[in-house]
Amino acid sequence: MSDDVIKSEPEDCGRRKFLEKATGAVAGAGIAAASWPFISSMNPSTDILAKAESQVELDGIVPGEMQTVEWQGKPVFILRRTEEQIAKMSDSNGSSKDPEPDEQRVQQSEWLVVIGLCTHLGCVPNRTADGWFCPCHGSVYDNSGRILKGPAPRNLDLPPYEFIAENKILIRKA
Amino acid sequence: MGQLIKWIDARFPFSKFIKDELTDYPTPRNLSYWWNFGFLAGFVLMLQIISGIFLAMHYKADVALAFDSIEHIMREVNYGWLIRYLHSTGASAFFAVIYIHMARTLYYGSYRAPRELMWWTGQGLLLLLMATAFMGYLLPWGQMSYWGAQVITSLFGATPFIGEQVVIWLRGDFTVGDATLTRFFVLHYLFPFLIVGAVIIHLVALHFVKSSNPSGINLADKDNIPFHPYFTIKDLYGLGIFLIIFCYFVFFQPETFIEAANNIPANPMQTPEHIVPEWYFLPFYAILRSIPDLLGGVVGMLLSVLIFAVMPYLDRSGIPGGARNRPWYRIMFYVFIVDVLVLGYVGAQASSDLMLIIGRVATLIYFLAFCLLPFISRKEEQWLRKRGLPVEIEELLRYESQQQEKKDDV
Repeated sequence: MSDDVIKSEPEDCGRRKFLEKATGAVAGAGIAAASWPFISSMNPSTDILAKAESQVELDGIVPGEMQTVEWQGKPVFILRRTEEQIAKMSDSNGSSKDPEPDEQRVQQSEWLVVIGLCTHLGCVPNRTADGWFCPCHGSVYDNSGRILKGPAPRNLDLPPYEFIAENKILIRKA
Repeated sequence: MGQLIKWIDARFPFSKFIKDELTDYPTPRNLSYWWNFGFLAGFVLMLQIISGIFLAMHYKADVALAFDSIEHIMREVNYGWLIRYLHSTGASAFFAVIYIHMARTLYYGSYRAPRELMWWTGQGLLLLLMATAFMGYLLPWGQMSYWGAQVITSLFGATPFIGEQVVIWLRGDFTVGDATLTRFFVLHYLFPFLIVGAVIIHLVALHFVKSSNPSGINLADKDNIPFHPYFTIKDLYGLGIFLIIFCYFVFFQPETFIEAANNIPANPMQTPEHIVPEWYFLPFYAILRSIPDLLGGVVGMLLSVLIFAVMPYLDRSGIPGGARNRPWYRIMFYVFIVDVLVLGYVGAQASSDLMLIIGRVATLIYFLAFCLLPFISRKEEQWLRKRGLPVEIEELLRYESQQQEKKDDV
């Protein structure tokens, strides 16, 4: 090392420390700013976001009938309930695992709209007379989508939806 | 943090490595900005790998999907346009930096002993880079992508006896097609990591023989200064200037490096009027076209890249260093640079009688420069010695012959 390369402690440590911290902060902000586009590029692209909402026509579904529609790549069960089914569902809160009154699960009691994925491990339950049965591990749901029996921890999840017309619903982005 | 580092240091030479190879690493105090370009090349490599990986998350390597997947990236992926332009501009930036880096090495004689291995690992790196760029260019599946790949893969047909089979084997099909696209995508993803490995070897060699310097003379130990902070800050400053120019192109003129014809999806039934490779291949393309025979042209083009390898042996001068102390070599260097620029221009033009003549003359000068170097360098040394060498050179030559005598005695 050359004699005239000075490596002694500076008289004003405070100034140097301030500069070091300030440079570090600006460098950190720069790296964060530079990283953002790459991280953001991994988020869903605009064409996927455009398909994030699903409109569903409710005409053509007779009372007692269930239809499955797609929303964000997932199945959504739309069940048009008969008077009998509505009455039966209002009578109970489901099971002790996830008690919930039926009125809280529907906007119009005739129409049940639930995400068709078992809350256990994500299989699509099969339609039965009294609700749904999941073939994977045997979870049983009622006609309000509430868990009655089996390993599933929660009632069938509710997607964010609203009635945009008498017979049309829009299932929104989350 | 200090405790953590102490724990690691007891098991792994972390702090020692940082100290010996980065912060305290002895560097000649007189390095000029021409020495920034190795670092810049490393930076662009990193940029290309990162932008490439994020592009690959959205790209589809299938002839039916490739072109549209790039449009998807440009129009629908968040910041997809930015990542794409970083990658396309980065390819050109990579070659610009590498060519300047090579020019520095030629001018200052940094390819000479004991740095021959550095020069050859660099040569290998150049070949890997050219292959990577060529394969990457097919991926957008535009008209220029397709026809450029069609032409260059056809060249392998010049291989004696088995030419046709080689071409079909390379393409995986009778013409450039889906098989070609898939394998080029895989190899384009792989090669940069081979480049990283070769760069590490290149740097290990560098840290063993240490950097050359503009004077061409080995400096005494006392004339080295620690890499940090002097050259870390110099490299960062150079990076800043580089990024200004780079970002100008990325944000304001990104289509400069994208051939118009490549905005048209590949059409195997119709060749564009004017096939032209990317700018960084133009000189070699010109050499290829100036030799009338197919095999001759291919050999000539290969030779024009590979001939750099023998520079350490073509240069027979005993005068250390590079063009600074050698006026004849300096003239040869400038003539060579101008010649490469002329070849580049010729490579971009359509074939015509005039271009053919200019191209052939320029090709001749290109190879003559290498072939005449042994004679010119020896004559130049004689002439310089008669004139009298600068004092430092005399001292160095005396010192080196003393070292040689000592070695011989032992």
